[in-house]
Amino acid sequence: MADVNRGDRPLSPFMLGQFYRFQISSVMSVLHRITGVGISIGAVLGVWWFLAAASGPGYFSVVDGLLTSWIGGLVMLGMLISLWYHFCNGIRHLVWDAGFGFDLDSVRKSGLVAGGAAVALTLLTLIVAW
Amino acid sequence: MDYRTDRSRVTGLGSAKYGTGHWWSQRISSAALVPLTLLFIFPFVSSLGSEHADVIATYANPFNAIVAILFIVTTFIHVRQGMQVVIEDYVHDKPIRTAALLANTLLCWAFGLTGVFAVAKIAFTA
Repeated sequence: MADVNRGDRPLSPFMLGQFYRFQISSVMSVLHRITGVGISIGAVLGVWWFLAAASGPGYFSVVDGLLTSWIGGLVMLGMLISLWYHFCNGIRHLVWDAGFGFDLDSVRKSGLVAGGAAVALTLLTLIVAW
Repeated sequence: MDYRTDRSRVTGLGSAKYGTGHWWSQRISSAALVPLTLLFIFPFVSSLGSEHADVIATYANPFNAIVAILFIVTTFIHVRQGMQVVIEDYVHDKPIRTAALLANTLLCWAFGLTGVFAVAKIAFTA
């Protein structure tokens, strides 16, 4: 019971890449966080775009042009994929929170479904956008 | 050497005490964002890269404007909750952590309300 190094233990995420073998559950979990942080920045870009639209055609064309430029479009595409991934995997999390789908086989299957659905929703959104 | 049991050492120290409340409120914002995202994203991506007048016309529509405002508010509530957990997990230095948590809260309020203002201005002046 007496732990000598109390307060001096390694802290998260020390184990990644050293002691931990990745599999679908953990990769999707890490991606959920990364996409979550990513689309938080996307939300700020979205607010900037709305503010530009509210302030008039001149400033709007600058911001809208930036977000739909070659590089801006690539960023927005990344945001779109991240959003749908976080959306689908988030629903997967809500299902777990309700107490369903915890066995290993269901976890693996729901992971594949969420990933596939995210890709499908991204393509659907791109079709609607054009 | 501390001869107390683990239990005895932590009794009375407690947790942060509102973990369950935070967890619940994060589930609520998640669940609310499921329909709101579906309603918000399609008019939004269609408006990206459109003429200014078309964007104004889209968000002058009360339904689109209300959906956009609800989406922005719920999104920044959810961002604040999510980023808080990320900061608590990875920022271990106490003063930096406190500063990051404070900045997170204030920035989410600032960006969220700016977004609400922008959509409301479009909806009310169009």
